[in-house]
Amino acid sequence: MEKFEQHEGVAAPILRGNVDTDAIIPSREMKRVSKLGLGEGLFAGWRYREIGGREVNPDFVLNRPEYAGASILLSGSNFGCGSSREHAVWALKEYGIRAVIAPSFGAIFANNCIRNGLLPLELAEQAIAAIAAWVAEAPQANQPLIDLPGQSVEANGQRYVFDIEAGAKRMLVEGLDAIALTQTHWPVIEQFHEQRKHKYPWVY
Amino acid sequence: MALTLFEKLWQEHLVESSVDGDDLIYIDRIFLHERTGSIALSSLAADGRKVFYPEHVFCVMDHIVDTYPDRTDDTTMPSGRDFIVATREGAREAGLTLFDLDDPRQGIVHVVSPEQGIAQPGLTLVCPDSHTCTQGALGALAWGIGSSEAEHALVTKTLRVKRPGTMRVRFEGELAPGVTAKDMILHLIGRYGAGGASGYAMEFAGSAVEALDIEGRMTLCNMAVEFSAFTGLVAPDSKTIEYLRGRPYAPQGEQWDLAEAHWRGLVSDPDAVFDKELVIDCDTLEPQVTWGTSPQHTVAISGSVPVPRDADNADDKSSATRQELERALQYIGLEQGVPLQGNAIDCAFIGSCTNARISDLRLAAAILRGKQVKKGVRAICVPGSMIVKAQAEAEGLDRIFTDAGFEWRSSGCSMCFYAGGEHFGERERVISTTNRNFESRQGPQTRTHLASPATVAASAIAGAIVDPRGYLPEEYR
Repeated sequence: MEKFEQHEGVAAPILRGNVDTDAIIPSREMKRVSKLGLGEGLFAGWRYREIGGREVNPDFVLNRPEYAGASILLSGSNFGCGSSREHAVWALKEYGIRAVIAPSFGAIFANNCIRNGLLPLELAEQAIAAIAAWVAEAPQANQPLIDLPGQSVEANGQRYVFDIEAGAKRMLVEGLDAIALTQTHWPVIEQFHEQRKHKYPWVY
Repeated sequence: MALTLFEKLWQEHLVESSVDGDDLIYIDRIFLHERTGSIALSSLAADGRKVFYPEHVFCVMDHIVDTYPDRTDDTTMPSGRDFIVATREGAREAGLTLFDLDDPRQGIVHVVSPEQGIAQPGLTLVCPDSHTCTQGALGALAWGIGSSEAEHALVTKTLRVKRPGTMRVRFEGELAPGVTAKDMILHLIGRYGAGGASGYAMEFAGSAVEALDIEGRMTLCNMAVEFSAFTGLVAPDSKTIEYLRGRPYAPQGEQWDLAEAHWRGLVSDPDAVFDKELVIDCDTLEPQVTWGTSPQHTVAISGSVPVPRDADNADDKSSATRQELERALQYIGLEQGVPLQGNAIDCAFIGSCTNARISDLRLAAAILRGKQVKKGVRAICVPGSMIVKAQAEAEGLDRIFTDAGFEWRSSGCSMCFYAGGEHFGERERVISTTNRNFESRQGPQTRTHLASPATVAASAIAGAIVDPRGYLPEEYR
């Protein structure tokens, strides 16, 4: 998995609450049995003029030239709520997004991010508003710098510190494969499995 | 030490504590469907990894399949066949139990699992589907995950999970006739916001929950995820035990006795402390309907569409802002401040893992009996499983639906969401028993109003959003 240490990039604001995974990638854009080919469908309902079409909506933030090459999203609370579809994360990644900064995240979405090297970064709403205001002055020049090992975001000379679970941080920084990591605990899992069979026989 | 039900379930499944801050939790059952399960199975095979305990993994076709009577692997959704075939082949290669398209037990995963007795009190159960929390109604610890997490569970029979906090929501009092579990959960989300239970596992309790049948409890738990909860739970009681007795995958004989004894202990201790508690008074609860594009945009049926500028003066700034309300109103195409009742609808939909079980269909049919869907309204009923469908047909409910003007379908997720296949029309107004009213969820620019089966049936007759209480037959009053 791609490691995440430091990242500096153009930050695009979608400053509203409850951006759901249906909005991030509509179901109709999930056309293949694959984790690939989803970037084009990212935010399709907002990004294109018509449902199913590809004519760009020039008003949508990712289509505006000043936000070209955006690799960070700034958003409202409960980002990624709704459907568990991991396609939302695969689409963001393929488009080139490395981090989403929001006051809170849908729980399944946040887990999916960590399994795919995308950083779900929690900051207070006021901090995000301040960063967005600074970015808006000159989006290509005013790029926030995210430091995951240091748990901070630098923007406009300010340093915003954020919290992240130790396990999630390690997964992202070291680019770990969760399955391989868990398999190193195999003897404990197998022992638990055998004990559970004995204690709760009707489960087996 | 006094423990909550959630804490008991967590402890029972805790393989190892604090693995990098997460807990390693043992998973008893895994369900897959063709939409996301297909990807998990093919990715696993590509990585050369094996399913550790295939006996505990079940697959079903529900998300993409058509619901027409003569359906085949070829779907209205382009490329849907690929998902169906990949799931079938993946399940066969891995030795998993599959409820295939032509299986009389086929249906929506969260309807099939309890119906077959696969979900049971005290089990951990995961599925790459956010509405897995539905199955918490039986006292199982059931939650939705992503495809990568599904792979992890398939290979290791565990998941790394950050332990959520505990919340109890007590619904106290007695529901009025025509007010249902759907109204309870919509009201809860409307009152506390779509992020209201973020970071918590929620136990539903109180006299109104105890009074619900198991299917009503499933409706309640189904929308826990729309409240951002890790999951929803109801402690098993005699109703749960009677519901499970004799189901195909439930324990039998001596094993049943052992299981039942264990299940009876799966309750929160009287003096257990929850991190957060909410209380809802059900005596005065009215039928609820959403007016906007988030489940939190809920009002009572006698209420009005909000006035966005009022949000500026609201004490609680954590809820929707004026801008968000304006955007939602613009999408939904309603005037601010108007009564919700009386707005004309184009379509009525009864289906989904929220409200397509036999009790939902019986309630809707009771209202529809001898009545006609308003001319010009398209009405569709999609039973939650083929077993629900067969049961409804045995009771003659299908005739009531079709005589009233409803389409009567085979089972699947159907038009709960628009996957590129069948869908509602552009800007059409749909009253729906489903769980999500997101933008373009049911079709391009389709305007969804979430409500109970009673409200949907009554509104189909009226051709507009109405209070179902004026349409209830004698036996439901």
